[in-house]
Amino acid sequence: MNFVANKSDLKVVGTRPVRPDGMDKVTGKAQFGADLTLAGTLVGKIKRSPHAHARIVAIDTSKALAIPGVKSVITAADIPDIPSEEAFVGEGPTNFRDQSLNCIARDKVLYEGHAVAAVAATSSAIADAALAAIEVTYEVLPHVIDVEAAMAEDAPILFEGMITQGVDPKPTKASNIVKKVAFGHGDWQAGMAEADVVVEGKYDTAAVHQAYIEPHACIASVNPDGQTTIFASSQGQFMIRQYTAKILGMDIADIRVTPAEIGGGFGGKTIVYIEPLAVAMSRQAGRPVKIVMTRDEVFRASGPTSGGTIEVKIGAKKDGTITGAYAMVKLQAGAFPGSPVAPACMCAFAMYDLKNVMAEGYDVVSNRAKVAAYRAPGAPISTFAVESVMDELAIKLGMDPIDLRMKNAAKQGTKASYGPVFPVIGFEEVLEAAKAHPHWTAPLGPNQGRGVATGFWFNIGGESSASVFVNEDGSVSVVSGSPDIGGSRASMAMMAAEVLGIPYEKVRPIIGDTAQIGITGVTGGSRVTFATGMATTQAAERAVDELKKRAAMIWDISPDAVDWKDGEAVPAGANAGGFDPLPLAAIALKAAKTGGPINAEVSINAQGAGAAFGAHIADVEVDPETGFVKILRYTAVQDVGRAIHPSYVEGQIQGGATQGIGWALNEEYIYDKNGRMDNAGFLDYRVPVASDLPMIEAVLVEVPNPRHPFGVRGVGEVPIIPPMAAIGNAIKAATGMRLVSLPMSPPKVRAAFDAAKG
Amino acid sequence: MPRLSYAAPTSVPDAIKLLAGAAGLAKVMSGGTDLLVQLRSGRTSPELIVDTKKIPGIVGIRETESGFVIGAATSGAEIGEHAGLCAAYPGIVEATNLIGSTQVQGRASLAGNLCNASPAADSVPAVIASRGVAIVVGPNGQRSVPVEQIVTAPGRTSLAKGEFILEFHLPKPKAHQSDAYLRFIPRTEMDIAVVGCGVSVTLDDNGVCIDARVVLGAVAPTQVVVEAGAKALIGSKLDEAALAALDAAARAACNPINDKRGTIDFRVKVAGVMARRTAAIAFERAGAR
Amino acid sequence: MSKIHVTTTVNGEPAEFLCEPQESMLDVLRDTLKLTGSKEGCGSGDCGACSITLDGRLVCSCLMLGVEAEGHSIGTIEGVARGDELHPIQRKFLEHAALQCGFCTPGLIVAVKALLEKNPNPTETEARFWIAGNLCRCTGYDKILRAIMDAAAELRGEVAA
Repeated sequence: MNFVANKSDLKVVGTRPVRPDGMDKVTGKAQFGADLTLAGTLVGKIKRSPHAHARIVAIDTSKALAIPGVKSVITAADIPDIPSEEAFVGEGPTNFRDQSLNCIARDKVLYEGHAVAAVAATSSAIADAALAAIEVTYEVLPHVIDVEAAMAEDAPILFEGMITQGVDPKPTKASNIVKKVAFGHGDWQAGMAEADVVVEGKYDTAAVHQAYIEPHACIASVNPDGQTTIFASSQGQFMIRQYTAKILGMDIADIRVTPAEIGGGFGGKTIVYIEPLAVAMSRQAGRPVKIVMTRDEVFRASGPTSGGTIEVKIGAKKDGTITGAYAMVKLQAGAFPGSPVAPACMCAFAMYDLKNVMAEGYDVVSNRAKVAAYRAPGAPISTFAVESVMDELAIKLGMDPIDLRMKNAAKQGTKASYGPVFPVIGFEEVLEAAKAHPHWTAPLGPNQGRGVATGFWFNIGGESSASVFVNEDGSVSVVSGSPDIGGSRASMAMMAAEVLGIPYEKVRPIIGDTAQIGITGVTGGSRVTFATGMATTQAAERAVDELKKRAAMIWDISPDAVDWKDGEAVPAGANAGGFDPLPLAAIALKAAKTGGPINAEVSINAQGAGAAFGAHIADVEVDPETGFVKILRYTAVQDVGRAIHPSYVEGQIQGGATQGIGWALNEEYIYDKNGRMDNAGFLDYRVPVASDLPMIEAVLVEVPNPRHPFGVRGVGEVPIIPPMAAIGNAIKAATGMRLVSLPMSPPKVRAAFDAAKG
Repeated sequence: MPRLSYAAPTSVPDAIKLLAGAAGLAKVMSGGTDLLVQLRSGRTSPELIVDTKKIPGIVGIRETESGFVIGAATSGAEIGEHAGLCAAYPGIVEATNLIGSTQVQGRASLAGNLCNASPAADSVPAVIASRGVAIVVGPNGQRSVPVEQIVTAPGRTSLAKGEFILEFHLPKPKAHQSDAYLRFIPRTEMDIAVVGCGVSVTLDDNGVCIDARVVLGAVAPTQVVVEAGAKALIGSKLDEAALAALDAAARAACNPINDKRGTIDFRVKVAGVMARRTAAIAFERAGAR
Repeated sequence: MSKIHVTTTVNGEPAEFLCEPQESMLDVLRDTLKLTGSKEGCGSGDCGACSITLDGRLVCSCLMLGVEAEGHSIGTIEGVARGDELHPIQRKFLEHAALQCGFCTPGLIVAVKALLEKNPNPTETEARFWIAGNLCRCTGYDKILRAIMDAAAELRGEVAA
């Protein structure tokens, strides 16, 4: 299908219909991960390490096994000891051995909450008793939590064989530094020498959790022949299948994963924690095993994103032209390699057209839960520092902060700081919309301030599959492989309806299990509406081709002489013959006589994802006596390419911005001196509540992506990137103080006031 | 595994008998909003739960000649809906209504908030400020205990085995008497107080303070009655000097800890801020009646 | 090991169940009565996903013992729609796209119904504080608030249904 350049040609795309799965979700019928129970289901629970770092000397499970009602007890000894194997699963690079060891520790526990054993029993109480009866002997080791402490010479080492990659010469001594990365071009130091003004700063951010409201949950059932079914809440049924097969040494075809409705993920459900354990126990017990994490386990044992430190230096001419930019990003990976340090470095300066730029970073392990993807992994961390320094630069130059950004804005043809040359992008349009928004010039009161910040995310494509089934009555079923985390069923149905030329309500979308649809990557990276949408669009086009063929057969003319218009086959021109239009339903009714069912399945590796940019404006009021920061007004401008369902696009932006507000103000992992998490619950891990917030105005800028039939870019990631700096810049405007450490919680803000007073 | 029993007695003597007769740990339950969290986390493993809500009179509010009687297990939501109490003791009502979410308000009670014995309990400073009295019943009969004498340390109370609180008594407010409660939390809702402050004042016809109580929460192992704070207010119309003296007194009364909810330095400073702001509201309310 | 027999009313229908003394009402609803619309997000009363009504009063079912239901009346998300007709609050949630993942939605709808029964004309601020105990991580609450205010207006008869 050709790119639809003209919005007025669209009938369904751009409207706001009710989502197809809505009824189930407002009535409580929707089945999430913990909602399915099969006959004979056992309760699975996990025993976790109380220590941040310890050697496992021995595990004695005999007393647990002796308890009546306990049907399975497993440790790492019951799981294959698989070799190290790098791969790309979910949203990024992974190592199957690390994932296996993260699911259940083998020789060492590397963080408090690390799984050491699991039980399956006939009741929750019996499972609890079994956990208590498992005796684990530990040799407690010194631990390290923070990133710079973990990089220190004398830091406790997590992995004896870890030699830092990416540095020359290659180190000879083991350390906690996994690797060094660097992205950039030109000569940043020469750029600084050209500058009239240089601003620099050191910033730090706390580890924050995705804090999806649904804890991880799954139920697994293994038959004696090894055939296995898993029903689980995740961002990818194929991801679960792949990890489970690898970790347990099974054939992929023996595992069928049905995606449950997913109660939020934000990247955090792109790896496995419990599914391999449930399968291993179901195999032992011969009964289905269900594991549902507690909120405490979610915080302690599933991946947050990294905290880290970021040093930024930017030099500019008096007119605002940036001559050089440098960043050093050090990120906590948690207990295994894999912090998002590469995307953090790649996104840091991607908003700007720079001659001389360099972003370097370190991936550092420490005794924290292994990090997982979280919405635009890495970008919010580096961008907090870069956009704070940009604000300082604007102040120093006496320039309007939007003008400064416009002066240096990346545009089509800009060589991005991470390598490629940008095709059509909408950053300038976003900045223009922000500056033109009434919010930018609205009056402010005492103790109030306004800040602006921007952000960039690549958006991704990748493997997706979709099928279109034309039913005999002319209704259409669409099956795709992407779990619907925020309304994507509606988008799929809308794009199919648009192509087929039939009403949205005639198209019913479902999410297929791993045996019903081709391989599809995880719902993440802002790829579903783009990539799975492309597969859906192409499948619908193939269905249209087939419908045209059938019409041609009925009319006994050449298929080339048939056009498809508004859901009907029509003769392509006067020469084709004087036939009345044949609606889709009429063709479908005769499908049996014209060659059989009309279906199309498309599997693609979607290319051409469109990068996206956002600019957020935040107004705050700061209480100088308590340090309390209230968000008064918030506007998020973003280039979305084209909004398929504008309400869900706005929703992504509002939700992402709100997560960023939480990250800015109150969210953080707090550890005690023993390396144990001190706030593993929603009481003290403080996500924004309704009364904390104003309405979040989402402004959709549409600079369509020509590589997608409807111009989709991807929406979900960008909005979490600008809020931290936008709020920090607003606090600066309100108080004159620069907060350099997240979260900017009341004690820190009050302490800054006290320090400023001297 | 010790087995948990549950009982919901319908009279005070039955409840006392159950509590006093338990061999192991027996827990009194009113709203259960703290108890269930503790049960689940394993912080408490009682042998017996005595649900008091079926005892006549333990749920509900009565206005009497001498003031108000609030049943120990009355929920925060019911307290917030009682017009007479809202008018007479707005500070106690606002403090009680700050405990947890709307959902928690549907269950949480004054007795539970008090006997959980957290230094950060929201209702407690307010009730102490207004000289609330707890009516304690037990194997040795009934006694009246000023609320500030119930909590002895974090997680500990002065109640003996078999005793529980039946109701709270609040005196009829005098002319120009009112109260207020403020707390500081990092968000706008759903947090535990980092500092809480209850203030009750009585003014004369000229707006001069003739009686005051200032009580801080979350800044010491138990709630702190700030005598010097009351002194700073008495005799004043809440001028700058009185506010400064109150601020200093509140800070001096603090003995807090550093924890995930706030630092010592922050708590001390904010205690002064909260005391000033709470006093201002109490004065305004007292002056208006 | 004997369980306690409880006689109660759930969504207007008589119900009976057996439960252990320590079992929460949420566990009873989900595991025994198979009413899985109420969700567990935290188990400590901090997220509101398990919101139900007890004699019309909004509570967290994770903070209530199953045995406490004896003689009382329980309302859950499964009882909000009238037959095959959605409650206006449910309809407004759909029309305003006030849900993304939908996990917090049942608890929110139960909470909002309790709000509008008590206060048919809440301000936006009142509505925000009422649902402060219902965490939503997807939406930023914006569209939820719009749905609440619109549903309230419709229930007051201010706009055509």
